[in-house]
Amino acid sequence: MKNWMDSLKPKLRNLQESLYLLARNRLSLFALILLCGIVLLALLAPWIVPYPQDIADEAHIADKFLAPSGAHWFGTDELGRDVFSRVVYGGRVSLSTAILTVGISLLIGIPLGAVAGTIGGKVDNIIMRITDIFLSFPPLLLAISLVAILGSSLTNAILAIAISWWPWYTRLVRGQAISIKERKFVQAAETIGTSKLKIIFRHIVPNCISPVIVQASMDMGGVILTVASLSFLGLGAKAPTPEWGLMISTGRTYFPDMWWCCIFPGLAIFITVLCFNLLGDAAREILDPKTRKR
Amino acid sequence: MGKYILKRLLSSILVLLGVITITFVIARVVPSDPATKWAGTRATQEQLAQAREELGLNKSLPEQYINYIGQLLHGDLGKSLNSKQPVTTELKQYVPATLELVLLAFILAVIIGIPLGIYSAKKKDRMLDHVSRFFSIGAVSLPTFWVALFLQLIFYKNLNILPLGGDLSVMATIFEDRPQITGMLLFDCILTGKWQMFGDAFLHIILPCVTIALYPIGLVSRMTRSALLEILNEDYITAGRSYGIREFKMLWKYALKNSLGATATDVALSMGYTLTNTFLVEAIFSWPGIGSYISKAITSLDYPAIIGVTIFGSVCYIILNLLADIIIASDPRVRL
Repeated sequence: MKNWMDSLKPKLRNLQESLYLLARNRLSLFALILLCGIVLLALLAPWIVPYPQDIADEAHIADKFLAPSGAHWFGTDELGRDVFSRVVYGGRVSLSTAILTVGISLLIGIPLGAVAGTIGGKVDNIIMRITDIFLSFPPLLLAISLVAILGSSLTNAILAIAISWWPWYTRLVRGQAISIKERKFVQAAETIGTSKLKIIFRHIVPNCISPVIVQASMDMGGVILTVASLSFLGLGAKAPTPEWGLMISTGRTYFPDMWWCCIFPGLAIFITVLCFNLLGDAAREILDPKTRKR
Repeated sequence: MGKYILKRLLSSILVLLGVITITFVIARVVPSDPATKWAGTRATQEQLAQAREELGLNKSLPEQYINYIGQLLHGDLGKSLNSKQPVTTELKQYVPATLELVLLAFILAVIIGIPLGIYSAKKKDRMLDHVSRFFSIGAVSLPTFWVALFLQLIFYKNLNILPLGGDLSVMATIFEDRPQITGMLLFDCILTGKWQMFGDAFLHIILPCVTIALYPIGLVSRMTRSALLEILNEDYITAGRSYGIREFKMLWKYALKNSLGATATDVALSMGYTLTNTFLVEAIFSWPGIGSYISKAITSLDYPAIIGVTIFGSVCYIILNLLADIIIASDPRVRL
């Protein structure tokens, strides 16, 4: 037990140092606090939004297109639904779809990368050529054609984005695996005859997971943006889901006269993605030993 | 060097083959009955049978695959369901407008992005650096389609100084015909000397161009900044400074030159993102390019057109990647 605590100590100190560096940059600290706020809002959405019944298809035609006011902070949409409630609820949709998408990409990307890096040779070559092919599609285009063929729904959009996203993780994990497999403990495991499979998943994967987690959380912004773009094109969420991209797409019909239907959901996307990107940028600088020294 | 380019060319062809295989899987293997996708939802039995015949669905998959590649080699992407025209013909018609928009956006990105990055690196951790970093990260965080709407709101509705969309106003086409040489309107106007029309077309291109340029501006300035920061720490810069070379010359001549390789690659790669952003932006500004074409295809489920644009976009992307690698390889410091 004590041994385990000892091994944790340097990691903890490293984390503490990283947090200190993060907090020193006021902009990233601000982004962190803001992001925590967004996550909290999304988690508590059903209890805090002023008009929870407006999330569904409920229509109050008499109240349609009310401009922003005290009763409806962000105005109301074409069915008289409160835009503020829907935008806050949309955070739930966007964050959960982003987590799912990144999660599926990791599930595909990590094992492939670990296998490629550890086994090497022909297997490595084949896996890496396949990732090259997937990375040769312009972003979004592969997802667009996949969803178009599969039929548009949020689930298919998540799958399609994951299918075009995993190669990045494969590349990252492969690089890590190549350096880790040279380490003493892996070689020791090999000498005592541990199976390749066990080496990969018990020894290699757990040791290359932390940079992958950092990269994955940095990617959340990009994924949220992609999901919103697909929904905007009509290839993602379906009405009445309060998805930000879909809300902009619907509001576009009444634009620019009823500007609030488009502007507020877009602002929500922007702020959320910005927080992720600011944190990602800070994380990159903190983890990069070159800048860390300075 | 020549050997490297050849090797790189071969690997690009392999990747291209892979991309084509994936589109084949998406178009022919994933759907349970590809003919219904290919002939459209309102197809009659006859049309379905014809589509099956054209796609060779009664043959085995490997035969279909070879057939598919044969068709692509002849530039045959199938017929659009909307217009019944070959997709290739339609693409030819829509590509120039997109190309014009993307090129102009890139020029803008380089003109603004590089100086912004340099300035940011020079004044690292000062106010201006923070502002410019915030701007560049902000630019990559913005949903492009939303920016397009936002700009329309300000410049069309509130200020009313720029047009809402399209590439020419109706008034401009009453007295003069559209020049049709390259298909790039601005360029054609210059070639034929139609300056009044040029002015009108220019006003129309401003908003879509700025919207599309935002992303590459952010990217280019961030890349320039980080590449420069690394280089400014090099010994040769310190040596240069100690010789009393002026800071301006040091920065723009000696440091910038060495950071351009990294920036050039990123510019080429960000073209891919820009192409995708163009899809979203063109539809909003009713710009007559591939973006409007694909978004129309998406709403009407015009599969041949969607797959066609996907293949076309990927080919462009692969070529750009190849070019970026050749640019890097032509740097004498890079040993291959």
